[in-house]
Amino acid sequence: MTAWWEIVRDVLKRNQVKLVTYVPDNVLNPLIAAIHADDYFHAFVTTREEEALGIVAGAWMGGLRGIVLMQTSGFATLPNAIASLALPYQIPVLMMVSERGTLGEFNVGQASVARTMRPVLEAVGIEHHTMTRLDEAEFIVERTIRQAVITQQPACLILSPLLTGGKAP
Amino acid sequence: MSFASNAATTRAEAKMMGRFDITKRLVAKLHQDEAVIGGIGHTNWDLWAAGRRPQNFYMLGSMGLAVPIAMGVALAQPERKVFALEGDGSILMQLGCLATVANQKVKNLAIVIMDNGIYQITGGQMTATGAGADVVAIARGAGLAQAAWATDEAHFEALMDQALREPGPFLVGVRTDEQKPFGQTERDPPQLRDRFMRGLGVKQ
Repeated sequence: MTAWWEIVRDVLKRNQVKLVTYVPDNVLNPLIAAIHADDYFHAFVTTREEEALGIVAGAWMGGLRGIVLMQTSGFATLPNAIASLALPYQIPVLMMVSERGTLGEFNVGQASVARTMRPVLEAVGIEHHTMTRLDEAEFIVERTIRQAVITQQPACLILSPLLTGGKAP
Repeated sequence: MSFASNAATTRAEAKMMGRFDITKRLVAKLHQDEAVIGGIGHTNWDLWAAGRRPQNFYMLGSMGLAVPIAMGVALAQPERKVFALEGDGSILMQLGCLATVANQKVKNLAIVIMDNGIYQITGGQMTATGAGADVVAIARGAGLAQAAWATDEAHFEALMDQALREPGPFLVGVRTDEQKPFGQTERDPPQLRDRFMRGLGVKQ
């Protein structure tokens, strides 16, 4: 059976999402490793998620598609950059968030910050989907990228522990 | 000769210069459709006033992201030189990006920091550079070996000539005065972005 991260890697590739900036996360590890192992991608770590978003926004304007990988607490640092760069300038920044804070979270701080994520996405009106099933993964990633690019709007994909297994204590 | 060999070694030794004059000197050197990303505040407004170019991108928010945005443009278009113009208050919010630029060895990127030591647009409160932090030293510590203070206007021009000619990344600190900006950007983000993308040849 194909793993979730293999599906994501392949769909990114098929949709010319070449640039991958990230702040690492345990759950994202296999995806990050697979992307680094594939010469198609240009992937590197940044010091903050805002920085990762700024790079992807600039790359889009220069004609290169990218995606930002992060965990839930990293998303919580992004509302200003999303609301004052990606949204007003209509830049389709793609985001993929590994969901911490739920379904067996062991760190109460992660649980609290996780509760801010969907309300923020709703408040700024960003298309977002939570990926919970392997058989839906390809469709969700493919269609989300396509919609973001054609409507010039940012989009966010949330990787649920139901899909990834999450992080064990 | 290394980038910094004849440069002032500290912020205090650098001459205080006019931001608008420095911006005009840079823009006058751009003949190859080089991209310029203007960070928010007076840096950006003076870039606008120095003459609109379709290869200029004007930020209206996301303080601190001029360098990351410029890095993204530089990665997307490795044949084009890209300049980030950023203020001291802004770069202090996103110092980590200097390490990322250094680690990724972004050859076609040059960063210019307009450092007046204050948050001028909010009323002149002192920044950390005004209190003693040295952005060029921080940049070198982050791994940007080609980082220097501009000693005076002529030296700034020489550094820009070198940045245009040779592989970077570069960072140039410019100690600037507190003059008021000479214009204000339009407030139409989709329009600003669209013009920029056409200026870069991404859209026809």
